[in-house]
Parts: sequence; C-alpha cells; structure tokens
Amino acid sequence: MSKFIFSIVILILTGCTEQALINQNNHGLIYCAEANPVSFNPQLTTLGSTIDLTSKQLYNRLISIDANTGEFLPELAHSWKISNNRKKITFELRQDVQFHQTDYFTPTRKLNADDVVFTFSRLFDAYNPYHFVSGGQYPYFQSIGLDQLIKSIIKESEYSVSFELFDAQSSFLANIATDFSVILSAEYAKSLEIDETLENLDNYPVGTGPYKFKDYKRDILIRYYKHDEYWKHPVELEQLVFDITPNSTTRIAKMLTHECDVTPHPNSSQLSILASRKDIKVLKETNLNIGYWAFNTQKAPFDDNRVRRALAHAIDIDKIMHAVYLDNGKRLESILPNTSWAYQAQVNMPNYNPELAKRLLRQAGLVEGFKMDLWAMPVARIYNPNARKMAELIQSDLNKIGITVNIVEYEWNTFIKKLEEHAHDTVLLGWSADTPDPDNFFSPLLSCAAALNGKNAANWCDPEFDLLLSKALDTIKIEERKEFYFQAQQMVIQELPLFPIAQGMRFQASSTNVENIEIKSFGGVSLAKARKL
Amino acid sequence: MALEYIFRRIILLCFMLLLLSIFTFSLSFLFPGDPLTNLSGIQDISFHESDALSEKYKLDQSIPKQFISFITRVAQGDWGISFASQKPIFEHIVALFPATLELALYALLASIVFGIPAGIISAAYYEKWPDKIINTLTLLGYSTPVFWLALLMIMFFCLQLGLLPMSGRVSLLYEIPDITGFILIDILLSDVSYKFNAFIDAIKHLLLPTIVLSTYPTMVLIRFTRDSMLEVLEQNYIKTARAKGLSRSQLIFRHALRNALLPVIKQIGLQFSSLITLAMITEVIFSWPGIGRWLIDSIYQRDFPAIQGGLLAVSTFIILATVTADLIHSVFDPIIRNQTHGKI
Repeated sequence: MSKFIFSIVILILTGCTEQALINQNNHGLIYCAEANPVSFNPQLTTLGSTIDLTSKQLYNRLISIDANTGEFLPELAHSWKISNNRKKITFELRQDVQFHQTDYFTPTRKLNADDVVFTFSRLFDAYNPYHFVSGGQYPYFQSIGLDQLIKSIIKESEYSVSFELFDAQSSFLANIATDFSVILSAEYAKSLEIDETLENLDNYPVGTGPYKFKDYKRDILIRYYKHDEYWKHPVELEQLVFDITPNSTTRIAKMLTHECDVTPHPNSSQLSILASRKDIKVLKETNLNIGYWAFNTQKAPFDDNRVRRALAHAIDIDKIMHAVYLDNGKRLESILPNTSWAYQAQVNMPNYNPELAKRLLRQAGLVEGFKMDLWAMPVARIYNPNARKMAELIQSDLNKIGITVNIVEYEWNTFIKKLEEHAHDTVLLGWSADTPDPDNFFSPLLSCAAALNGKNAANWCDPEFDLLLSKALDTIKIEERKEFYFQAQQMVIQELPLFPIAQGMRFQASSTNVENIEIKSFGGVSLAKARKL
Repeated sequence: MALEYIFRRIILLCFMLLLLSIFTFSLSFLFPGDPLTNLSGIQDISFHESDALSEKYKLDQSIPKQFISFITRVAQGDWGISFASQKPIFEHIVALFPATLELALYALLASIVFGIPAGIISAAYYEKWPDKIINTLTLLGYSTPVFWLALLMIMFFCLQLGLLPMSGRVSLLYEIPDITGFILIDILLSDVSYKFNAFIDAIKHLLLPTIVLSTYPTMVLIRFTRDSMLEVLEQNYIKTARAKGLSRSQLIFRHALRNALLPVIKQIGLQFSSLITLAMITEVIFSWPGIGRWLIDSIYQRDFPAIQGGLLAVSTFIILATVTADLIHSVFDPIIRNQTHGKI
C-alpha cells in the first residue's frame, strides 16, 4: 500500500502538470453496443448489430442512397453509367481515396479499380483465394442472388470498373449501395496472402472509412482511431470506442453515469427515465423494419398452413403493441411496412380470434394441443425491443388454446448461428431494411436461396414465390413492379410462413453534448461526422 | 519435522489436483454433445478432421490413456478452443485471470486492514459500546447478500450521486496496454500522456467492487479475531499478567495479539475460496472483465470447453492458495506441524 502511495506522490511531483494532462474525454466517444461483432467485414453478415459497428465507420461503398429522396448519391464512385440494355454498369472512381494505415498494414497506393474488382469477385468467384475464407458465406448477396447475377467485373482503366450482368435487375444499384457492399483493399489482401493469414482480412479490417481499427477485446470493447486522411471530410473524434454491453438496462445505467455517450435501442419503458434527464437526448426515427414470428415450415406441425394460421389467430397483437412496443410501434398489415412504395394492406391478415384458432387446430387434427419451442432474441432490436416479453405474452395466449410454449434463449451470435441450422420450431425475429427497395423485404427473408443459406427463418421455399420476385426485378417500370409485389404480399399472408407483427421505431439515446450522429430509415448508424462539444 | 509436514501437504495437494482433473476430464463426457467437440472446442468437425482429432485426443484408446493425454495437454497449455470466440481457452484465462486476482487481492487487503483492528477493538472493549456497534455492523454485513449490496451501492453512488463509474476497470477512452494484466501496475508501467488521470480513474473504478467484495471476508475476520482474542484473554498467563498490573494495551499488544492472530492467519487463506466465488458475482454486476464474468457468460452460451477450462483454472488456483496459506500458517504456529494427519 505504501508503495502505491509513494508512486502516486512521485507521479504528482514529476511533471504531471495541468497542461500536460490530456482530457481524453473531449476527443473520444463511447458508443455502448449491444453485441459483439461477428466479423469486421460486413460482406459476411446481415446482423444489424455488426453492421452498426463496422460498415459506415470503417468502410465506404461505391454509391449511397439519399434517405429522403431515395436517389443514388456518389461515394467512392463519382459517377456511373448504365448501358442501354441495362446489363452493363460502369463506375468512375474517385482518385483521392486513401486506405487506412494501421499497425498491421501500410498502403502504398490509393484506391483504384483493382480494389473494386477484388471486393466483388470475392463474393462470387470461387477462384478468388478469399472466396472460401471465414466460412465462405455471404448471406446478403446469396439470398438476393447477386452471386448468380454478376457475369463479370471488368477493370476498364485505373479508375473505372464495369459490372456485366446476366439480367437487367432493377435493384442492382440499390444493392450496391447497401451497407454490405463495402470496398476492401486488394493490396492488403495480397500482403496477407504472402503471410498466409487470409482470415485477418475479416478480423483486422482495412477500409477507406472515417475510422481505422485499433483493437478488439471480445465482450469488452472495440477501439477505432480517426482516419487522418479521410477523403470526404475531416473527422472530429480522435477515438471511437464501442463498449460491448448486451444488457439494455446496464446500457441505460451507463448512459446515466456518462460511461456511454451513445446508446442504441433503449427499451420503450426506459424512455421516460431518459426523458427526465437534461443531459440526455433521445432521437426517434421512423425506420423501415418488420418484427415477425417465423414458423419453421419444414417441421411438423408447422408445415400445415392451418396450424400457422391458428397460431396467428391465437395471439392478441393489441396487447403486444401496448406491453412490448409501449405504443411506440405500428401494427403491420402486410409483410411490408406502410412507408414502402410497394405496400398494400392485406385483407386476410389474421386477427385475434382464439375460437377460430381452436377450430383451425381441430381441422388440422390437433385436438389435444401440443408442445412447441419459441425462440426469443436476447437483445433489443428496432423491430422488437423486448422479444422475451413478447414471447411470454404469446406463451400465455397460446396456453389458452392448449399449446404449451417453451421459451428458448441463447446469446445473440449463438442464437443466429443455431437459427441458421434451422434448429428452432418458431422464432421471434425481424428485419431492418438496408435499402428502400421493396425487394429487400422479400429476397433476403423468404427466397429459396435464403432458405439454403439459413437466413430464411421460416425455412420456406416456394418456386412460384421466387418467380414473382424475379419478375418484379426484371422490370424498372414502377407500376409493373408494384403489381408483382402486391401478389407477393398476398402470397405471404395467404401461406403465412411468417406472421408480421409490428414495425418498431428506432430510438437512440445520446448525451446532449454529442452531435451529428446519423441514423436513417434504413441501414446502419453512421458516426462519421459525430463530434463532442 | 517441518519438512515432513510440508511433504505431507504437497502429497495432499497432488491428490486434490488429481481428483480435480479427473472431474474436469469427465465433464467432456457428461456435457451434452460429442466428447470430441467438447474436448477440442471445434464444432462441426468434418469427416477428415475427425480421424486426426480422435488420434490427437486418443479417443480410440482406453479411458486411462485418454486421461493421461488430457493431463499432458493441460500441462502444455493446450486447453482446446472456445466455442464462442474460436480462440484458445488458455489465452483467455491468461488474459482474464489477473483482473480477478487483482480485485480479490485488493478486497482481501481491505478486509485485513479493516477486519483485524475492528476485531481487536471489539474484544478489548468486550460487551461495551464499541463492541456492540461493531457486532451489530458485523451481523448486518454478514447477512447482506453481495449482489444486493452491489446494486444498492450502484444505485446510490453511481446513479443517484453520479460520483463513481459502475462498470469496467478504467474508462475505455484510456488505452492501457496489457503488460501484467493488473490495471494499476499496467498504468504505472505504460507510456501514455494521461497516466495520472488514468490512475485516478482506475482507482475510482476499483472502489465500489472492492468495497462490495471485501464486505463478507471483513465480517468473517472481525468475528474470528474477536473470538480468538477473547479466548486468549481468558488464558491463565494473561490473568497472571493482569494480576501483575499490566495495562490493557500492554496486555493486548505484547502478550495476547500474537497468539490470537494465529487462527486468523489460517482464516485469511481460507477466505480466498469464498472471495473468488463472490468475485464472480461482483464481476458480473460491475462488468469487471475477469474470469468470473467470462465463466458465467460461457455457461449462458453453453460454451463447454470454456466452462471446463475456467473451472479447472479457478479450482486449481483455490487449492494452491489454500495449501500455500496452510504452509505459511505452519511457519507461525509450531504446534500444527506436529499433527500427524494432513487436512485442508
């Protein structure tokens, strides 16, 4: 003990003058994140919790989408040209984009066409040395069939790349603008090949974004430093730290003690506590998302449409809206949220009717009732702020019609992994849009490709439905596309592989001295312009 | 005589460790799932990997041979990989254990510094008001569950008053390189411009968990010191000394203390096991990145290799600490060395 006191005294005496003290606080921001990232490469995941931490902080995309107008905006590509048959798209790249210089990589050149070619060829070219690295699964791109769509990627010149497509797909540009389509460094990939540490491409990221990677300690923190040569604008924060805090109550408590500057997804029940504090503000943003209840349609008795419909009729959604969303959400009338341009309210959306539910179960031959598992997400998401509570409400509703529900929970990343193996009976899950394109709610969730790669939680594959989706993508005429999406929506509600429950609001709490955190109606959060006063 | 005693202790230690390793080894068969997966931590073992792994883990051979191979791997630091992080478990333990140890050591230190003097005061003023006050407080502290105390502390000092932080070891904005794993020492060793601020910040972070964790052992030490002191004060030689006209302080400090503290020293060693157990709860509540929180997370994630490795590390440590305390005790207390049978 005396040694400690001695060393403190020594510290005070030797040169620790006031001027020398750097107040770290004003130059760094702590964002309390809800889960560990599964990877630092957004190509490899569709998890919103991972996208928030990586995509817009570490990387850039070729183009982005204006959240208000839906128009495409230049990013790494300053312009792009679409050929007449819409099967060839040429991007002209910026010439002043610098990659991160980190402890493990020093770039010798700026971004050029090679990087773009490398990034996308990894996704679908089995001869790319990185194609099978880190599992070789690209869930978003596979579920929308992008790997089947791109014929070739051609380097036209040093700063010009063109994509040749098999089909003219109307959502192609929107998909290139998602948080998953980030540009990686080909030079870094080459250097890792020499060291034979290919997985490091996804674990020790190098991008062009506003922050560069420094350190990751599982369950504890992720540390980024500012990218001094960021091409877009100067970055205000010296340091960006993600404090990994899965428990939402702990996150709020840390918000109150100012151990966090920003917290995503506070529970609706906690909003009043936050609102009563002068030093904390809460951002509220309408978000394109759906919270749903998916049935594993390959497992009995959920392979029977009548059983799925009976379960949907048995639950009281008004009660859920009140208890789970605390009236901060919207009931869904279709699989699309009503802000989507292809939205159509569905007439045969199941309403609360336990008698009808019992009748349907009798018709399906399940007079005795049965036991089932209901998986509930352990973390708060925009589309479902409290899956555990929702599961309990469903449990009590189903109990009334003779169904015993066992609620299953795992740690979030384990949960997703087990879900992809289709080990569940039914699951409470959801989807936040990555682009305003309506296809984003169909292909990644319910296509056959998504069933194969495990992202289709209903494990539902209907070729007729897939055909509708590809017809909708074959045209750029909005009216025609709408018609196909109307049919697709009818089909989903008719078949009910998943039961859309509600659309949530995106909440974000931050200290009042934090500014310019961008949350949009789709995609992940951006901290590029964040600053502290 | 002393050597024989030490020898007996070491034999006992080896025996305990053997039992512990047999238990840990059997866990991979008792946990659900494939023993090969539970031992290696590799999930979805492919067909061609399976043979090589069986070979490595000697699963095709008899149980004793598998066990010997298990012990060899444990000794070499090959503890398998974690399901959750896909990183070697031994790496996790080496990184996390110092944090737990640091917290436990400070708590133990605090309980010695406060517990023993309080016990002495209590005995010296037997059945007078200082004794009564200390006794009441001890009873309160003894019967307060640690998680509840921790939450109360957080409510009051962190959320109400906003004086102290409620999670972690140091503000995350201070980047302190891991050298020893002990945060205070690492800060002193580090080469950063904000050394002083970081040090103060780390002390602030330490304060609440240390208080919470030290409550229980402090109470135990107070009671023990008091009882043992009272017992010694009843002895004839103390009565003689008193009859000779020695003052109370002379009696206590010159004659009673050394004898009274002997059982207390042994008790300090024994406290280590309850300290580590309580540390797990404290770590979870204060988000202290130690082995306890990791172990509890592993249980939640059904990360079997991690549970196995964590249990092995923690229990080995407790056994070692207990035996060490025993040996130290024997240095002070010659009578115990004459015991013919070892016991823990």
